[in-house]
Amino acid sequence: MITTDLQGILEDAAAHLYVWALMDIPQDLRDALVDASERETSVPGRRVLSTILRNVQIADDQKNLVCQDTGIAVYTCRVGEHFPLHPTRIYAALKAGTERANWEFIPEWDGLDVKCVPKGSGSENMSFLKMCIPADGVKGIKQFVLESIVGAGGKPCPPGIVGVGIGGSADYAMYLAKEAIARPIGTKNPDPHVAKLEEELYALLNETGIGPMGLGGDVTVLQCHVEHADTHMTLNPVAVNYQCWAARRASAHITVDGVVDYDREA
Amino acid sequence: MAIQKLTFPTNEEEIRKLRAGDEVLVDGHIIGIRDRTHIRIFDQGVAPPMDLGGAFLLHTAPGVKKVGPGKYEKVCIGTTTSARMVRFTDGLGAQYGVRAICGKGGLPDEAIEPMRKHGMVYFAIVGGAAALETTQIEEIEEVAWEELMPECLWKFRVKDFGPLIVGIDSHGNSLFHDVQERAKQKLEEIYARL
Repeated sequence: MITTDLQGILEDAAAHLYVWALMDIPQDLRDALVDASERETSVPGRRVLSTILRNVQIADDQKNLVCQDTGIAVYTCRVGEHFPLHPTRIYAALKAGTERANWEFIPEWDGLDVKCVPKGSGSENMSFLKMCIPADGVKGIKQFVLESIVGAGGKPCPPGIVGVGIGGSADYAMYLAKEAIARPIGTKNPDPHVAKLEEELYALLNETGIGPMGLGGDVTVLQCHVEHADTHMTLNPVAVNYQCWAARRASAHITVDGVVDYDREA
Repeated sequence: MAIQKLTFPTNEEEIRKLRAGDEVLVDGHIIGIRDRTHIRIFDQGVAPPMDLGGAFLLHTAPGVKKVGPGKYEKVCIGTTTSARMVRFTDGLGAQYGVRAICGKGGLPDEAIEPMRKHGMVYFAIVGGAAALETTQIEEIEEVAWEELMPECLWKFRVKDFGPLIVGIDSHGNSLFHDVQERAKQKLEEIYARL
């Protein structure tokens, strides 16, 4: 018999993750912003990046939110097959502090991973979908990503993380793009072809000169992440989702015994 | 270039001195405004109950705490994307004498001509830097149209508000236009080698 109140524990964890993500941005992002400020050469770009770093420090010191836009709380769950809490109860627990939940079910596992990614409206409004045709190929994908980010200009608070979803259906491509923005900076897609595309897009996007807050400069994106899925032979959906420089996220791992391990880096 | 200081409300002469790319810190009074506030003024034709002559408008819906009737304290105040509100630029200058619009992400090219004509500037702020921005707001002095909460008209007293970068000046220059033009040229060059 299970006596541990896993639903209550998860509800507390979900609430904690949301506030934590909003106040304390991950180390990989802090490092990427410092790195960006060191390599930026444009005058307004350097001023924007130094102000961003100052802002992150003030949020730490004053225990305030990094950004006022608390966003849409997007939760992603990896649920072990043997984790003894029904999905309806997991959903109810997350709903206490959230609006949306995504799922991935993991066989032969008794744990639960929860990731909270607050998504601000400035960057979420810069979401783009194109149903390319297969003959457009990788070139068509690259062109669409480039024109989307140039068109977005300063609106999504660059430099941030560009997420690209390729394949699946229209909606699934966008889901993949959102998975992509939630990955820590420095991670690569395990498929070497896709990892190469990530590197190529990253370099090309930074050639556009959009720069910090769209004021012109060398650093337009901190990273480009690509996620992909199989698709129909006549489809080639490409989705672009943007995550602002504050790129907030927080994760927790919950065991079957209700032990919560908060993870700053995942 | 040295950082310039400017106190609001101000006049056309001071605004005409500013050039795209200049960096400015602002003191004095600024007015918070957002989508619904503009819609009430222009689409519904309701005159704003605050004087916007010479004003600095900030695109915001502040995070506040109510502490008494019509009295609010700051919690977390940041800035929203300006481009949604571009169509009101001409009216703000022509009808109300607004001198500066401040927000994040820039205004599209349709703002350039009204700003040149009426003597206005667009100040680009660092989007998302709300923790810093909140420390630069000394007090929320007034609020009107509370029923639009949080998209009311807010009067803030500020000290060293910024850094702000002149994104569009009153002489027809726009950093955003220039960045886009260069990026489009660059894209053609990139596409040719893909």
